[in-house]
Parts: sequence; structure tokens; C-alpha cells
Amino acid sequence: MIETLLRIGGVAQKEVRQLVRDRPTFGMIVGIPLLQILLFGYAINLDVRHLHAGYLDLANTTDSRQVLQAAEASQLVDFTRRAADRAQLEAMIRRGEITIGLVLPADFTARLRNGTRPAGQILIDNSGPSIDNVARQLAELPLAFRQPAAQKTSRFALRVLYNPERYTAVQIVPALIGVILNLTLVLFTAIAIVRERERGNLELLIATPIRTAELMIGKIMPYIVIGLLQTSIILAVGVLLFDVPIAGDLIDLYLAALVFIGASLALGLLISTLAQTQFQAMQVSVFIYLPSILLSGFMFPFEGMPRFAQAIAEWLPLTHFIRLVRGILLRGATLGEMQHEAWILAAFFLAFMVLAVLRFHKRLD
Amino acid sequence: MNARTLSATAISARGLTRRFGDLVAVDRLDLDIERGRIYGFLGPNGSGKSTTIRMLCGLLVPSAGEIEVLGHALPAGSEPLRRRLGYMTQSFSLYRDLSVRENLDFIGMIYGLRKAARAEAVRRALHEFELEDQRRQRAGTLSGGQKQRLALAVATLHRPELLILDEPTSAVDPQSRRDFWDTLFELAAGGATVLVSTHFMDEAERCHRLAILDRGRLVAEGRPADLKRDIPARVVEIETAEPERARQRLLGEPWIASIAQMGNLLHALVARQQAAPAAAIEAVLRAAQIPAAAEDAPANLEDVFVAATGFRKR
Repeated sequence: MIETLLRIGGVAQKEVRQLVRDRPTFGMIVGIPLLQILLFGYAINLDVRHLHAGYLDLANTTDSRQVLQAAEASQLVDFTRRAADRAQLEAMIRRGEITIGLVLPADFTARLRNGTRPAGQILIDNSGPSIDNVARQLAELPLAFRQPAAQKTSRFALRVLYNPERYTAVQIVPALIGVILNLTLVLFTAIAIVRERERGNLELLIATPIRTAELMIGKIMPYIVIGLLQTSIILAVGVLLFDVPIAGDLIDLYLAALVFIGASLALGLLISTLAQTQFQAMQVSVFIYLPSILLSGFMFPFEGMPRFAQAIAEWLPLTHFIRLVRGILLRGATLGEMQHEAWILAAFFLAFMVLAVLRFHKRLD
Repeated sequence: MNARTLSATAISARGLTRRFGDLVAVDRLDLDIERGRIYGFLGPNGSGKSTTIRMLCGLLVPSAGEIEVLGHALPAGSEPLRRRLGYMTQSFSLYRDLSVRENLDFIGMIYGLRKAARAEAVRRALHEFELEDQRRQRAGTLSGGQKQRLALAVATLHRPELLILDEPTSAVDPQSRRDFWDTLFELAAGGATVLVSTHFMDEAERCHRLAILDRGRLVAEGRPADLKRDIPARVVEIETAEPERARQRLLGEPWIASIAQMGNLLHALVARQQAAPAAAIEAVLRAAQIPAAAEDAPANLEDVFVAATGFRKR
């Protein structure tokens, strides 16, 4: 028993020493979370504002100028170009100078009063995502501006719970904890065994009395601490810079993170027993990372995906962690309320660990 | 210790065979290695030395045959054997980014040595292998001789009964090689059994007993002195002013098995049934008008090796 602890401790201590001396990898531990959270937090904004826009005002009346002002006041668009005719406006869009063009015809005021024909036209460049969303909001503007409020009462009153301001960062950052842990931790352990093989250390190690399970547990222990450290970094930046709320219990969050960290590390170990070289291990990691990002509900709503994609997503640890972290941080759910997601992660951890231990042989053939 | 582990035999193998696909790397090897001795495997690259060693360490499963090491039948008994075995791999297998002391400490932990016992074992190893000045140095920056001493220190840290060394001196200068062999004799004197593979004749000469391997087969086995005495050939040394011409001429004779040049001397291996080989060689060279003097000489281990590996002419 004491020998087992000594061996696990020996492997863990050795991993820490190697990690501290491996400057690029050590930098990745802090650098990747910071870089990713700043990039994702600031850059990804599905709630688009300040699009470059141009306009063609053929009416040039008080009404038309007021509409243009209202559009700009909405912050949805910034008018950076003015076109003299329709062809010029379309050319501006084609060249990418503007993504939205507003056309106000000569009889704009009459159309507005009459109300049977559209008062104006909005041209949009929909080659990028989320632009048509802005156009739709923009199309509502002239009506709201001109017509009495009673005429456009919505049939449903919408009440937005959890993130009422609709900040994308609030949705993204909690899930980003999972995405970053998934990327770094799977990669760390995926190269762990292969690296020993490539550097020739493995032949010595497997000739010693160390047991496979002791080696595996010793290897993942330092990275559990690193995973919790990364969780704290992302969470701190999320709260300080992006006003991410912590609605639930932090203990619940760290427990959920712990099982997810375990599952990610064990998955990496399993990859490490399958790959022959570090390069192969990295490729397999990326092969798992891509569907994790795309299917887990991080980028797109889970419910909107086709059945088969949902079925695949259920087999990715990240899917379950993203549900947990959004539940705990944003909706104030307790771990008890969402325990089946945590149990699934624990099952992943155990299954990957057992498979990795079974796959690894203390032999050279 | 049970009765089996006290037997005089450390390693025995019967019909040991290992195939890699169509290649037969080790072919029906029989071995008996006595305890407390230095036993050598001599053979060129690809002769099956490393494959045999890996099977004896339980790292490779034999395709056929039986092995018993320190009373453990392999591969079933690999795990209990590992506590009693020290293994030094052919290429440097310690952690280059850890210091000398950290490498020793790590291995100490892997062998389950408690803190006090470990500190003592590491201190002793640093002293015995003259690595005290390098104890804080990263293993990757050590010289060839220092790396080899560290590898041996690691392999002997847990005081194994059996030490298996795979070409330990291939990247080491002559002085370090001599020191290394002194250490091996000390370990053997302390009761350890040492199995060492080499392709250096002078090292093979120093073993208590020797197995000569060629293309996976055991072609000769015995004490170096006996092997040299019982060589199935006769050795003749020829002194001549025209060694190259003499060599070319003699290579054409079917009864001359091999001939090697050493400065102005030619070293010839002659089939045993040839009567008076020195006189016969002088006669051949005289007929070719090459002035030369030939005389019988004692066989060295290289002659034994050449004779055992089937007289392939070089």
C-alpha cells in the first residue's frame, strides 16, 4: 500500500518537475486560457452592432433624414458611405465596404403614409453569419418610429430569463471553461505516454515493478490541479471582464469541473495508449476536439441539431459539462438537480481509465 | 527465499525462439547462466542479443521455448522478477530534463524505497559511481561516460540479484570502459549475477563465460580461455613486406578460412585438418614470389568468433 503511494507520488512528482522545466508547455497552461477567453469573450458576439452601412436617399426629405438618424441611433449600423444611385450602392456591398445598404425611394414619404407598399428597401450582404438578424431589427425601425404604438403590439410578451441583456459573453464564457479544459487537458495526457516511448524512457519504466494503474494515476494527478487552476483563471476573467454571474454554488461548480477534468485526462491517456507518436496523439486529439466544439452546444443550440448529431454529442464529455456549467453559473442550479450529467461524466472517467489501463501493456511487443 | 531461488542457476532457457513476422530474430536458444558470474553475449548487430535480453527481462514474449529467471517462469512471473532485476537499456533511457539526483530519487520511489532508505541509497549511488559533482546537473547534459554511470547507478539502486546490461559501453571512451568493468566485477563479487551483451572482443574476454550469437543462433558457448583453446581452426601469423598482395593470393586458397591484416602482419585462420599450416602458407607465397615468414600463433577471441560464425571470408 505504501509502495503504491510512493510509486504514484514518484510519477506525479516527476511529471511536475518535467512540466515546470518545459517552458512552452508550462506557458500553455496559463496562456491558452487567457488568450482564448479574451478572444472568445471579446470577439464572438452574436448580438451584432455597428455594422458598416451605406444609404441611397432619393427622397431627401425630413422624414427620410429622420429614418436615417433613427437607424444610426439604434447602434445597429454606422453609415459610412452615401451612394448617388442604386448601382453604386450595390457595388459598395460587392466590394465589402458595407454590409448593409438602405434605399429610400423618391416617394418615401408618400409610401410611409400610404402603408400598402414597403416604404424603403434594405440590401444585405448575408455571406457572413448573423447579419440578416440585424436587417430584420432594422426593418422594424421606420414603423416603430412613425406609427402609433397600439398598432404594433406583439402577440406575446417576451421575458428573457438568465442573461436578460443578451450578452453573448455571458453564454460563451461559462462554456469556455469546458472548451479550454477539453483542449489543453486531453492534449497533455495524450502525449504523456507516447512521449516516454519516443524519448526511450518507457523501456526502463516497464522493466520496474510499477503497476499500470499506478503509472496512469500518477500521470494525471498534476493535471487535475492544473485543470482546477485553469478553471479559476477563466472564471475570474469571466466575472471581472465580462460580468458573468455566479448564480449557483462555487463548490458545485468545482465538483462538476473535477469530474470533467478527470474524464478529459482519462480520455487523453486512452489516446496515448493508442497512438505510436506524439504527432498521431495530437491528430487524434484534434479529431475529438472539433466535434466537441461544434456539437456540444457551445456554438449552436443542441436542440437545433439533427438527431444523429445529438446522439454523437451525448458521447462527448464536453456536452455534459457545458450543460452543468451553464446550469450552475447562469441558472443557479445545484449539482444535485443536475446530478445525472455529473454521473455521466464520472462514468466517462471510469470507462476511459479502465480502457487505458487495459490497453497499456508492460511489454515491447 | 525458497529453495528454488537458492539454486545455482540464475537464468535458464530452453528452445528460446522469437519471430518478427518472417524474420527469426532468436532461433532455438538454450542457455544456462550461473549465479554470481559475469556472463557475456557476444555478437554483431542483428545477432539477436537485444531480443534475447528483452525476453529474459520479460519485456518480449517468446514465440516458443521456456525461460526461468531467478526461479520465475516467464512471461508469467515477470512482475515478481522485476523487483529482483536491474536492467540497463541499450540507448539512454533516463529523463534528460531531470537532474542526476532527481532521476535516482524517482527510481528509488518506483522501487518503493521509503524516504530514509531512499536518501541513503541515492547518497551511496552518487558516491559509488562518482556522480556527486553532477548531482544537480540535468541528465541530458552529461558526457557519455557519466550517462552510462548514471544508468548503472539506477539499475543497481535497489540492489538487484540479477543485472542485465544491453551493450552498456557502446558510447563510452576506453578509460570509462575499464572503470565500468571494474564496477561489474565488484558487483559480481558481491553476489550479483551479471548478464552483459557486447560487440567488443576485449570486453567479451573479461567475462567468466560467453555465448557467441550469430543471426539468432547460439554458435559457441564456454569460458573464453576454453573457447580459444578448443577453436576448430589453426591460427597463423604472417610477416611480409607486401601484405596486400599476400592477402589477395592467400584468399584464393580454399583451406584458408579468413585472413585479416594488422599493419605488416597478416592474421590467418586455417582449417584444422590442414597439416603444418605455417609451412603450407610459406610455400604458397614463395611460389608467388612474395617474401614472407609464417608461424603458428595462439587464437584470440576474434578468431573464435570468426570460426564460430561459419568462416565467412572478409
